[in-house]
Amino acid sequence: MIKAKNKLGLVFFPAFDWAISPTHPEREERLLYTRDQIFEEGITDIEGVESFNPDIAEERDIERVHFCVPDVKSRVTESHRISAGGAIKAASTVLNGQVDKAFALIRPPGHHAQRVVYGDRGFCIINIEAVMLEHVRQQSKNMRVAIVDTDCHHGDGTQDIYWNDKNTLFISFHQDGRTLYPGTGFIEESGGPAALGYTVNIPLPPGTGEEGFLYVLDNLVLPILDEYNADLLVNSAGQDNHYTDPITNMNFTAHGYAELNHRLNPDIAVLEGGYSIEGALPYINLGIILAMAGLDYSGVREPDYYPEQLKQSDKINEYIKKLCEIIYDRWTKRDDLGYKLRKQNDFITRSRQVYYDTDGIMETQTQKFTICPKCSGLNTVKSKADLGYDILGITIPSDACPSCLDKGYNLYKNTAEGKFFKVYLQDRVNDNFLNK
Amino acid sequence: MIVGLDMGGTHVDAAIIRDGEIVDTAKTPVDRSNLFESIWNTLEELLSGKDIARIKRINLSTTVCTNAIVENKTVPVGMVIESGPGLNPDFLKCGKANVFVSGYIDHRGREVQKINPDEMQEALKLFQRKGVQACAVISKFSVRNPLHEKEMASFFQKHFSPVTLGHTISGKLNFPRRVFTSYLNSGIHKTFNEFSESIKTALNDKGIKAPVYVLKADGGTIGLKAAERYPVNTILSGPAASLMGMCALIPTYEDAILLDIGGTTTDIAFLADGISLFEPLGIKIDNYPTLVRAIYSVSIGLGGDSSIRVENKDLVIGPQREGAPMAKGGPKPTPSDAMIVLGLMDFGDKQKAFEAMKQLGEEQGITPETVAKKVVDKMAFMIKEKVDKLVHDINSHPVYTVRELLYGKKLTPKSINMIGGPAKALTSALESLFKIPVKFPKNYDVANAVGAALSRVTTEVSLLADTERQTLAVPEMGIYKKISKSFDIEDAKQMASSLLKQNAHKLGSDETVDVEITEAESFNMVRGFFTSGKNIRVKAQIKPGLVALNRGVQSD
Repeated sequence: MIKAKNKLGLVFFPAFDWAISPTHPEREERLLYTRDQIFEEGITDIEGVESFNPDIAEERDIERVHFCVPDVKSRVTESHRISAGGAIKAASTVLNGQVDKAFALIRPPGHHAQRVVYGDRGFCIINIEAVMLEHVRQQSKNMRVAIVDTDCHHGDGTQDIYWNDKNTLFISFHQDGRTLYPGTGFIEESGGPAALGYTVNIPLPPGTGEEGFLYVLDNLVLPILDEYNADLLVNSAGQDNHYTDPITNMNFTAHGYAELNHRLNPDIAVLEGGYSIEGALPYINLGIILAMAGLDYSGVREPDYYPEQLKQSDKINEYIKKLCEIIYDRWTKRDDLGYKLRKQNDFITRSRQVYYDTDGIMETQTQKFTICPKCSGLNTVKSKADLGYDILGITIPSDACPSCLDKGYNLYKNTAEGKFFKVYLQDRVNDNFLNK
Repeated sequence: MIVGLDMGGTHVDAAIIRDGEIVDTAKTPVDRSNLFESIWNTLEELLSGKDIARIKRINLSTTVCTNAIVENKTVPVGMVIESGPGLNPDFLKCGKANVFVSGYIDHRGREVQKINPDEMQEALKLFQRKGVQACAVISKFSVRNPLHEKEMASFFQKHFSPVTLGHTISGKLNFPRRVFTSYLNSGIHKTFNEFSESIKTALNDKGIKAPVYVLKADGGTIGLKAAERYPVNTILSGPAASLMGMCALIPTYEDAILLDIGGTTTDIAFLADGISLFEPLGIKIDNYPTLVRAIYSVSIGLGGDSSIRVENKDLVIGPQREGAPMAKGGPKPTPSDAMIVLGLMDFGDKQKAFEAMKQLGEEQGITPETVAKKVVDKMAFMIKEKVDKLVHDINSHPVYTVRELLYGKKLTPKSINMIGGPAKALTSALESLFKIPVKFPKNYDVANAVGAALSRVTTEVSLLADTERQTLAVPEMGIYKKISKSFDIEDAKQMASSLLKQNAHKLGSDETVDVEITEAESFNMVRGFFTSGKNIRVKAQIKPGLVALNRGVQSD
């Protein structure tokens, strides 16, 4: 038998008894053919590939990241806790040295889940990568992490959660928001005052294929990662950039995904979207597993793969090249821009509407990021959903100075009960979560 | 009367059972240069003076195939491997000649790319040039659609025998194991068939008309005729015979640990609700992972004759055996010597056993008795440590549904059943460590022969129905046919049950078959916004178990 170059932990949990609804893309059948392919290839017989069952995320793991309205119990199913727990298991096996890398092949996904959670959006309720990261950060407090989201949809949930956290670099490649859900992820969205520039969005034109993705990776993403020099690299490995995906318009391939993973070289990959369950997922997942294990993936291709038909137009090539230049330029200026922003303001507010497509909920929120010279600053979110709830969420960041820590507790204490449906306090310094 | 015979590495053990009672037993040494003679001599001894007309069947376990594989005495095999997209297939080369061919069947059994007849002709020429005698043809996903294997086989069947078709070996998905198992099956076909011819001739000469069954590693049997086609099923059946014997001698209906403690090794296995746990995919032989069903059994280098040394003031037992215990003139102190000193065993020269313990205790100035106690405790501790790890591994085997993850069965052993020379001496040490009762049968030395005698035909079938494509596949039986759109999981279970019975009959079973559905999944297939069909997977097996003994022989 063969031996993996990198010891790989595989958390494969297809949740064969869970669906959003019987005909929803996020249904029991989604990873059925992926399991068939993994089994038939004999992946688990490869020396150095080790299988793990998911852990189950606890309520406080979720409270650490989200303000669930009205509470965790009513919003989060066991399936979601297992999915997040699968990601936690993957990260734990890497960080405790059991394996070199890990792939959490789990569902339901999570990258559209933002700080405030009223329900399901983009098939996500809780952000499984964020729940994972904040869980493992309890052991390694100051770990600097980069998340590269290769799902076709903008990872707006992850962006929201790490908007003001300089210790978490978030890079998302996705189909341009003018042409696809959730309609965000433009270049200008680049982070809060304490982390300006540490959210990097790369909106790609419909029709982008292998050439374009790998160009962006080599010429933009890898240089940025090189400069950021994270302690841990996480790939939100959505697979819906594939040319057969039914709900997107890209031309990426299984081989391309494997190549991308190989060059990106993440410590942890977590499955996100991807709904071409027969034509793409079995091959992409196999490609990612082999790439992560350091094995030959050149033989991985789809049955209907004809490279000539998937070739990108010159127009797309040109567009992507220019796009990369602009984004890289912004990246190099990030610290200057952040400095100016912080100097000129005491706080920054950001008001948005957030639509929960899966559950049909409209949320209106205003976030306020206080600027503090000593730390990332206290931040709050006031939010209202058309379900009738309104809440105030207070987050004390993990690097908070004593004064911001006090401010946070005072604000929580002094907000009169009854003023909001619920008030939440997330004290990331002491890992303490309150609500009233 | 049922005759059971188990051929081990050193001895052949045989037993006759009549109306649930052990009537007679025999034991003879193995002559490795003539395995057939070894079996025949034991049978003759056992049957002398018996009414051979009353023999209902003869179950025998044999090491002929196992030995042929580990001693590299297989015939040259030509391999035709259709690997399709995926893992680099180079590591699958196992035959005298290996040809990788084009063509591809996908995960749903659809033909994506046809086979190329020119490549088959090329392969044929190569095989003839290389002196190939037997062949195996294997395609990826052949269990979903055996078309390519059948087409490929037709090019070789006139020239070589046998040609093993991968899908007939097992219904499980695992292409590399399918390749290796098919290879082994073709490679040992000749050896096994020569052996079975000798058996048949000898029985015939003696006028014995009873059907012959061969033991498998899953603790069941297969009819001789079926074994002639699929001899790979007869490999590594030794541990299974002993474990089944233990189950017969100590009837158990709960979770339990089974220990077979020998001179060199200790075999560890488990019962879940009284039924043996199986290897998830199949047993491994000589670096080849296979799809041969087998009882999950782990062997550690720890036995009565393991040599003991002192390292950093600590006793280290095994994993080597360097000879007999010192009490029997061996070179190194062993656990058996310790047991003799403690009065837990009685053989050999007691003084020499004492010397052995004295030698171990000298450095730290401990009395031989104290050292002997430490040795026994340490041995029990080592077993406990390994068992705990195995139970943990078993309880963390991958599951794929929320229900199983939250509420799935966890193995929690309630007792230890054990056999073997040094076993009884370990009873109290194990009991106080595990804190569960330890059971030990009186006539443990014939457990393997009794296990062989009481084993029954076992088999399984895997059914996959795809109502969108309207196809049904039962690879083990070579079935691939059309079904109606309305076929559902109940139809599938019913069909699997009746096919299982048919298959059991084909494999030689003459009993009523107790069917157990081991897996049943049905997935709605949705294409666009509509349900386009169902993907149904059902596995059925003959419920594992034994012909009952009248009473278990409990510990004395």
